[in-house]
Amino acid sequence: MKTLLFALLLCASASPAAPAFAIDKTAVEKLAFGDADERSASIAALLAEGDPHAAALLEAVSEGDMQSAGKRILIVKGGQGIDAVTGEAVAPLPEGREDVVANNRLRREIEGALAAFKLLSPERPTRLAAAKALAGGADAAMLPLVKKALEKETDSDIKLLLELTAASMEMHSGDKETRLAAIQRLGESNSPNSRTLLAQAAADADDDIRLAAQKSLREVQGKLAWGERAGLLFAGISLGSILLLTALGLAITYGLMGVINMAHGELIMIGAYATYVVQILFRKTNFFEWYLLLAVPVSFIVAAAVGMLLERVVIRWLYGRPLETLLATWGISLMLIQSVRTVFGAANVQVENPAFMSGGIHAFAGVVLPWSRLVIIAFAIAVLISMWLLLTKTRLGLFVRGVTQNRAMASCVGVPTGLVDMWAFGLGSGIAGLAGCALSQIGNVGPDLGQGYIVDSFMVVVFGGVGQLAGTVYAALTLGFANKFLEEVSGAVIAKIMVLVFIIIFIQRRPQGLFAVKGRAVEA
Amino acid sequence: MKRRIFIKQLALTAAIAAIGLGSNSLNAQQKTVKVGVLHSLSGTMAISETVLKDTVLMAIDEINAKGGVLGMKIEPVVVDPASNWPLFAEKARQLITQDKVAVTFGCWTSVSRKSVLPVFEELNSLLFYPVQYEGEEISKNVFYTGAAPNQQAIPAVEYLMSKDGGTAKRWVLLGTDYVYPRTTNKILRAFLKSKGVADADIMEEYTPFGHSDYQTIIAKIKKFASEGKKTAVVSTINGDSNVPFYKELGNQGLKATDVPVVAFSVGEEELRGVDTKPLVGHLAAWNYFMSIKAPANDAFTKKWATYAKTKNVAGHKDKALTNDPMEATYIGIYMWKQAVEKAKSFDVAKVTAAMGGQTFTAPSGITSTMDAKNHHLHKAVFIGEIKADGQFNVVWKTKGPVKAQPWSPYIAGNDKKKDEPALMAEKKK
Repeated sequence: MKTLLFALLLCASASPAAPAFAIDKTAVEKLAFGDADERSASIAALLAEGDPHAAALLEAVSEGDMQSAGKRILIVKGGQGIDAVTGEAVAPLPEGREDVVANNRLRREIEGALAAFKLLSPERPTRLAAAKALAGGADAAMLPLVKKALEKETDSDIKLLLELTAASMEMHSGDKETRLAAIQRLGESNSPNSRTLLAQAAADADDDIRLAAQKSLREVQGKLAWGERAGLLFAGISLGSILLLTALGLAITYGLMGVINMAHGELIMIGAYATYVVQILFRKTNFFEWYLLLAVPVSFIVAAAVGMLLERVVIRWLYGRPLETLLATWGISLMLIQSVRTVFGAANVQVENPAFMSGGIHAFAGVVLPWSRLVIIAFAIAVLISMWLLLTKTRLGLFVRGVTQNRAMASCVGVPTGLVDMWAFGLGSGIAGLAGCALSQIGNVGPDLGQGYIVDSFMVVVFGGVGQLAGTVYAALTLGFANKFLEEVSGAVIAKIMVLVFIIIFIQRRPQGLFAVKGRAVEA
Repeated sequence: MKRRIFIKQLALTAAIAAIGLGSNSLNAQQKTVKVGVLHSLSGTMAISETVLKDTVLMAIDEINAKGGVLGMKIEPVVVDPASNWPLFAEKARQLITQDKVAVTFGCWTSVSRKSVLPVFEELNSLLFYPVQYEGEEISKNVFYTGAAPNQQAIPAVEYLMSKDGGTAKRWVLLGTDYVYPRTTNKILRAFLKSKGVADADIMEEYTPFGHSDYQTIIAKIKKFASEGKKTAVVSTINGDSNVPFYKELGNQGLKATDVPVVAFSVGEEELRGVDTKPLVGHLAAWNYFMSIKAPANDAFTKKWATYAKTKNVAGHKDKALTNDPMEATYIGIYMWKQAVEKAKSFDVAKVTAAMGGQTFTAPSGITSTMDAKNHHLHKAVFIGEIKADGQFNVVWKTKGPVKAQPWSPYIAGNDKKKDEPALMAEKKK
């Protein structure tokens, strides 16, 4: 739409007649140089004529494309400039141009005015977007325009939005009957904006209005409360999916193999850096949007390779000696952090999201589900399923389970236990790498990235019950919900402490975790 | 045979003489004064602090190129306290006692400053602190070149209360859980109350350092904002948590036209790599923005861009950015140099005495003056809105420099405190 409007401007300017179009010059000057009140007054003056060029001009102001050169006002975009008043193309652009600064107030007013203007557009998507923008909070001065649009409107979705918008504007009306009707109407809405208006009216001096507003407010609040609960649920699932991703790898290396791997967090960090490197390589190509498709396998392979190397060089000599393993892997974790610091620098590196992962979908009642989190939840489920398939349906999975349940017997029937150890450790490390790839999309990527997740990962595995994949899933989700719920109640700092306290008490009461491994496998 | 030995001996003597001469002349040239640089180069604060180290080094290079200070070259001693507060104190002690530095430039968070303060006071050495902070402190050993609350936080809140700022009536005070956000919010709460804001209209929230999941907090802000009055958020989140915070803010679609967020620790550097398009219109209050149009700023940004390119400063070599604490660091070094030259000595007491009243043409376009008594700079206040390219549009500024009030009048009991370091006050009695 924006480019379209600008194209319209350029088109007009390209036509041979010298003044391609004319906009009220004084209004444009007031918009560019006036004080705050003059500027907002000029918006209405410009749009009064219903000229689409004026709309494009206002759009350019809110985009920050308007510039001034002395007394002349220009619109400059992508190196091309046109005169704001006459629409003539200006080339070459004069030196010493200054930006015409639009602040929040002006931008808000322009947005509202443009939305009302666009309500008369013949295209449905434009009208719908405009109606949505107005529903987010509009100036009462737009009421006549909204009413006019309402008369013409045929689409039921847009009509509903407009009726609510009109009602929210009529809340400021002087007429009591109109206000009462508006209050009634707003009770059907589920937008946070209606709650704001009703909450104001609920403190009104007039008894009738106060009571009606309180009733409507309760209805709206009821609907919004569901939205809030759903939002909290989503936050819990999202955190749970992240905890699950970070802990799944550990569920194999620590849960199944019994290696206390303090370098697990650093394997996550290596996965994140692998994503960073892939992203850098893709930046030069046209396929930047799709770098994650390659980053996922690369982060898996790099982390798995590092993991297998560790297993071959250090860890395999320490099986059955937990204390030494702990110290050795901790040492390795420090070495990994330091080497990454040397290679990539100590400061965080920026991993840019592909465009499809920014923003979110408006689910309902003011709840927005960010795409990045939705993608990560789906990714966690995919990783979980493929890991489950790998462990239960393949020969390698059978060997891994065999070796972890009874090493001596597996060795007797010809399973190469040493190699299986290596592959299993590689698998766990690779999954840690995948977690790193996912984390790079929502958080910071730095050498210390893993440190923040190592405690959480161990917590999930221990809480779920060592040696149990299902336990890890339940534990991750439980901790995710608990964390988010407590954050809502007590704030982030206390929530973190309370979750730790809860786990300590839980492990004291039930050392085997949520799910205990039953049967002969439990030996020592 | 003999001749050979003779030639060898001759060569050897010549070599020794040359070395002797060389080292002598080196000594004469390299009479240096050491200066400490105490900024985290790793850990959660590295995102903000690393570049300050480079700013110090750049200023030192500049000064050395023009002949140094009192005829001596400045030799920087860079240490990395790694965002670890006790390590700050250890490194400070090392700088003062082992390296014998004349002055130290360093610290960002107030915890780190509080951690090194006893060391500087005990060993009587000088610290230049370049970051805006919560006030409530004047030490004879520290010069504060960043803003006090009345030079940043309070004007920002006043702006949001004004018609242009959106007439906010409800306030979310959001911060990282340590001394600077807690104290600033205490001052702001008292200030808001003095403006007639009820307690129910103020929400305070804190997150741990390095917090990365802002889902619930943003949901809470949304809920709070829909409860009846125009709402604004004051963010004192510090360090790399800002990246996930702003990412979540953009993803959740909380727009500046509905709920503006004004930040006190977010500048050009922190926004690097964040997709700023959804953040357009959110605000920051500082005493300097890179986008300020002033001759001193043009020179400053140009110098930094060339320095970053030649020294390969990570990130800045491709896209050089300057920010407020960098400016404050730069002012600090030059004021110290001027004070040393005025005092004709590196002695702490003499330099301190010479510091009062020093002036410097700051990149922000004003002439910054060190207050004669309270060790703080007089600074102009700017409020900027984030633009789509990660720079700031200045939408409001003070008419001229504002004197710092380290003892905020909004905290009870501060009216009795002296506007100068305690020791100096005692001496004068």
